[in-house]
Amino acid sequence: MPGIYRRILKWLDERFGAGAVEEFLRHKTVPIHRHSIWYYFGGMTLFLFVVQALTGILLLLYYRPTPNDAFESIQYIVTQVPYGWLIRSVHSWSANLLILTVFIHMFSVYFLKAYRKPRELTWITGMFLLFIMLGFGFSGYLLPWNTLAFFATKVGTEMAATVPLIGPWLLKFLRGGEEVTGATLTRFFGFHVAVLPGLTTLLLAMHLLLVQRLGMSVPPGVERAIEEGRQPARSMPFFPNFLLRDMIGWYAALGVLGALAAIFPWELGTKADAFASAPAGIRPEWYFLFAFQTLKILPAKILFLEGELAGLMGFTLAGIVWVLVPFLDYKAGFGRVTRFFTGLGIFALGYMVVMSALALR
Amino acid sequence: METPGRIPNDGVQSRRRWISLLLGSGVLASIASFVYPAIRYMIPPPIGESTSRSVVAASVNELKNNSGKVFKFGSKPALLVRTPDGDYRAFSAVCTHLNCTVQYRSDLHEIWCACHNGLYDLSGRNVSGPPPRPLESFEVHVQGEEVIVSRSA
Repeated sequence: MPGIYRRILKWLDERFGAGAVEEFLRHKTVPIHRHSIWYYFGGMTLFLFVVQALTGILLLLYYRPTPNDAFESIQYIVTQVPYGWLIRSVHSWSANLLILTVFIHMFSVYFLKAYRKPRELTWITGMFLLFIMLGFGFSGYLLPWNTLAFFATKVGTEMAATVPLIGPWLLKFLRGGEEVTGATLTRFFGFHVAVLPGLTTLLLAMHLLLVQRLGMSVPPGVERAIEEGRQPARSMPFFPNFLLRDMIGWYAALGVLGALAAIFPWELGTKADAFASAPAGIRPEWYFLFAFQTLKILPAKILFLEGELAGLMGFTLAGIVWVLVPFLDYKAGFGRVTRFFTGLGIFALGYMVVMSALALR
Repeated sequence: METPGRIPNDGVQSRRRWISLLLGSGVLASIASFVYPAIRYMIPPPIGESTSRSVVAASVNELKNNSGKVFKFGSKPALLVRTPDGDYRAFSAVCTHLNCTVQYRSDLHEIWCACHNGLYDLSGRNVSGPPPRPLESFEVHVQGEEVIVSRSA
């Protein structure tokens, strides 16, 4: 068998230089130090994204994106189609775990200053991928066309209307009209299965290429320890050593997903009714809770601004600062850790955790 | 004989610049002509606003004192409330904060939005929580067995 394997490789090598591909893969190494565990979360996110793509394609075989059919088609998937309950629950659970790993990945990169020169673009593509993942979450949430999703979409899109100047246009663009209707469902379906996957593919390719090209970042503290000879510079090849470790994690994740889907099947709720009141205890998915709680406690007017506009402006500003942090914290590029930015990260994480906890009370 | 090579250099350059300008603005204009319809296409045409100025919201015996009901008024939900005193009041059921649909809370004798905990009194005034404006109110008439809600003229 190894003979055949070698001959196939040689055949490929003569045609497009498979040796170069192998060389490309072997070029990357993974540093070993006390923070190495955080290197796993990017790969884990990628794995969960692949799970989303595959289960999403399977759901597409039966899902129908119209207000009369959407809810019933998912009912059909989870009650009639063989293993439909499994596919649908895995898609929902994996979506939630994916958002979780995206946030862990982002915050670990932030605190370990992995965004510093020369990895600014890796950080920026990563942040855009994070926004796209939130877009996937928001658009996918509406697709079952249940009551919770209906009101979540009303509120979420109404937020867009508070944007100065283009707000009304943005609202109509998102909703496909003045109200959340079947037109909104069709649009969100299009975003969810065509627009966002396309953008993700492009950004993911850039992100991975940059990671491959620049190698893994070593945190400033570890870097200094190595320079001062307090610690040896150890590393392992990415391919195959680290990848095999990654794969053990992915295998475990599959087990967790299967168990969650089987033990806690994702609920479908009740079908959306445009002429019913919002039910008591309504709230969005956990990763939007901090924004939801902020909206809830903002007063109707802050100085001369409407409360929700002030909130929206606050979050937009925070998002811009976050995306541009490699340039604001340029000193990190020289290996200097600025307390302010570490503090800012702790504040952001703390704010999100505390606000989410308040919303769950 | 004149050959292109003997034309003063700045003449060639200015002509070349002129051609670049024509070409560039042509390309820009054609891009704009592709993009404009695409952007317009994203916004659907407005749906004719429902002309009905009034609607039968309930029958007389349907609502007990201190209760409420959401009904369809044109393309939007509206709320009919029967106060503890037996009066009828009608409002738009669309919360002025972020568009959720409100409901009558018989325990509070107020109108409540479940989404962000906004409260309105029985005149539709925003009394607590995030709503910035009062609810739009409608006129209610009882004609025979029917409770009729109409837009104020």
